[in-house]
Amino acid sequence: MKSLKRLLLSVTAAAALFAPSYAALADDQFIAIPSYRVGPYGANGQAFYGGFVDYLNYVNLKDGGVNGVKLSWEECETEYNNAKGVECYERLKAKNAVTKGTAYNVMATGIAYALIDKSVEDKVPLMMVGYGRTDAVDGSVFPYAFPLVTTYQMQVSAIVKYLASKNNGSLAGKKIVYLYHDSAYGKEPLVALEAESAIGKFKLVEIPVAHPGNEQGAQWLRIRQENPDYVIFWGWGVMNQTALKAAQKVGYPRDKMIGSWWAGSEEDTIPAGDAAKGYMSATWNVAGANVPLIADIEKVVYGAGKGNMQDKSKVGTVLYNRGASVAVAMVEAIRTAQAKFGKGKVISGEQMRWALENLNINNARLTQLGATGLLPEIKTSCENHEGSGMVKIQQWDGAKWNIITPDWIEGNKALIHPLFMANAQKYAKEKGITPACMK
Amino acid sequence: MLYREAGQFKTSYLADGQIFPIRQDRIAIALLLAVAFVVIPLTANEYWFSAILTPFLVMALAALGLNILTGYAGQLSLGSAAFMAVGAYAAYNFQLRIPHIPILLSFVLGGVCAAGVGVLFGLPSLRIKGFYLAVATLAAQFFVVWVLTKFPWLSNDSSSGVISTQKIDILGISFETPARKYVLVLSIVSLLALVAKNLVRSSTGRAWMAVRDMDVAAEVIGIPLMQTKLLAFAVSSFYCGVAGALYAFCYLGSVEPDGFPLDLSLRILFMIIIGGVGSILGAFLGSAFIMLLPILLDNYLPSLAALLHLSMRSESVSHIQTMVFGGMIIFFLIVEPHGLARLWQITKEKLRLWPFPH
Repeated sequence: MKSLKRLLLSVTAAAALFAPSYAALADDQFIAIPSYRVGPYGANGQAFYGGFVDYLNYVNLKDGGVNGVKLSWEECETEYNNAKGVECYERLKAKNAVTKGTAYNVMATGIAYALIDKSVEDKVPLMMVGYGRTDAVDGSVFPYAFPLVTTYQMQVSAIVKYLASKNNGSLAGKKIVYLYHDSAYGKEPLVALEAESAIGKFKLVEIPVAHPGNEQGAQWLRIRQENPDYVIFWGWGVMNQTALKAAQKVGYPRDKMIGSWWAGSEEDTIPAGDAAKGYMSATWNVAGANVPLIADIEKVVYGAGKGNMQDKSKVGTVLYNRGASVAVAMVEAIRTAQAKFGKGKVISGEQMRWALENLNINNARLTQLGATGLLPEIKTSCENHEGSGMVKIQQWDGAKWNIITPDWIEGNKALIHPLFMANAQKYAKEKGITPACMK
Repeated sequence: MLYREAGQFKTSYLADGQIFPIRQDRIAIALLLAVAFVVIPLTANEYWFSAILTPFLVMALAALGLNILTGYAGQLSLGSAAFMAVGAYAAYNFQLRIPHIPILLSFVLGGVCAAGVGVLFGLPSLRIKGFYLAVATLAAQFFVVWVLTKFPWLSNDSSSGVISTQKIDILGISFETPARKYVLVLSIVSLLALVAKNLVRSSTGRAWMAVRDMDVAAEVIGIPLMQTKLLAFAVSSFYCGVAGALYAFCYLGSVEPDGFPLDLSLRILFMIIIGGVGSILGAFLGSAFIMLLPILLDNYLPSLAALLHLSMRSESVSHIQTMVFGGMIIFFLIVEPHGLARLWQITKEKLRLWPFPH
């Protein structure tokens, strides 16, 4: 009995001692980072969130925060799992009553979907930069969800535009295979692609690949039979390198394969070896450690020994720069909110929402930040939560990604945006939402 | 000392047939329910409701369903997540396509649909047993996910295949806050747990157990095998289906077919193995163990590391979690293969004999 009592006592004491610590100070701008660095897509997450955290650190080290407000943050491991993501969201949200985590960037479509309703109730914005629910472009139905920069549909439209430009402006009579991850991620662009195929008069062949996509023999055999002019490729994680190797096996030229921005990073091409050479992909951020901002992050943050990447050679990779770009957008939104609601103040979730809806990052500002050409200009409004819709095309030369379209390519907005609006209206009806822009 | 039944006499058959024959147990369960229904809704915060308590209850219900099939009727199944998916999608479609249908009815109908699918995939159990049956139910897992992906009608032609569940409204009361959702889930789970407890004490449950222990002998004493096995599949899938509907409507709010992977089925199976095969309490204990332990580690490991001046990255927490988890599962399987429920039973027996347990 004595030992039981002692055990109980020590357990209670331990529990009291280790009560979750609230690291965030009240006068910090607390940013919640539900990230993933382990699990099936851990390699991608490491580079992305490394860049994200490094930029936040950079802002603190270089400028002492945003107008004197220090940034603080906490990560929570989601493992790309919906249930874990929701748990992380709830936990991080409770850490700071004012900011509620500022804005959430989960980089997982499934988690983003699960958070859409919750974020409205909690009045904290969801940043789905390059993933997530794309019809959230309509801010009157989705006030707190921001598919910032660009969406899958606009991306696929831009890819079609690029391919057309390679063929003297027309794809008529050509055959394009759309090879995709059979999930929300891969299915989103279908509607846009079908609309493009009707207008551009090219033949579209849709071939799904079941998750996780490490077996694609049958699909590539079919592609061999179809012998398409191009393959548009929507893969993620292990599916990407498998596709590249399979393409090499059946002898399909890689320079006729063009991937989405989640299928175009060093994590995809390096494991595929020489099978990846010549492969193209879309991207909304430029790779390379020679971008002034990235070079400066390396100098300031890594110089101070506070870098987040354990493998420093990954600084400047596509996903690292993407993480930094997302952080740039977030910090600029905080700045915008401070300009409106008071400089040097901590920004709440609601104020952050306003800022994200009235974000204007132009080229002049990007140049000031040293991020010229790193990401496209972003200008959002209630009608357009996307703000850009532009991508560049990059090609893997066997050692690094090179941009092959010097200018940003915009998707066919007149075609794609009405599709979003129709979808959003349908959603509003299903959920009983009256569309209205928030002030 | 306190836990002793001396002096408690049963004078009627009714008293003899109660679920909790010992008065202390009745008091304890009444207190537990009071805490769950009254104290927690008044005191817990949002994090507890939406990230801990609701998923715990929902998964406990799913584990309860699997326990009926595996623990009581002895039919191994790896398709629990698929039945949950059927329940979730069916409930969503009933809400969507039938105007003004009460949400509780949708949940029930979702469970009924899952039961139908369960019976279908239970048919092979009449011929095959054990591991072979597990593989047959594995087919359900892949087939259901495939169907939900293949036919866009089931997700209301959503371009992404993800469904967003409708608002919950019962008799004009909106169940939108995490606390209310928790109370709703708790009520449904308590009710279904009570039904399950009585079911397994009835002739049906005894027939299941007879089949589990030796199906040839069961047939010889006149238990119809087909009926009994299929009923077990139906009831089990019904529970899983309702759990799936609650998972979608009260927990995540939006689900996709990929959200019900084999991994989830295996987790449910681990829940009953750790909690206790063939025990209603076991489903709850197992769910608590599997759902709460990772969250506990997640919350306390970083502060523990800080105390020892170690840096703890969030990914290390995940790795340690997996290690601790694997270690504990092996520990339990060696030390107490009948699960936490059995440990609890032993504790109770020792308490009754205290201070001289033997």
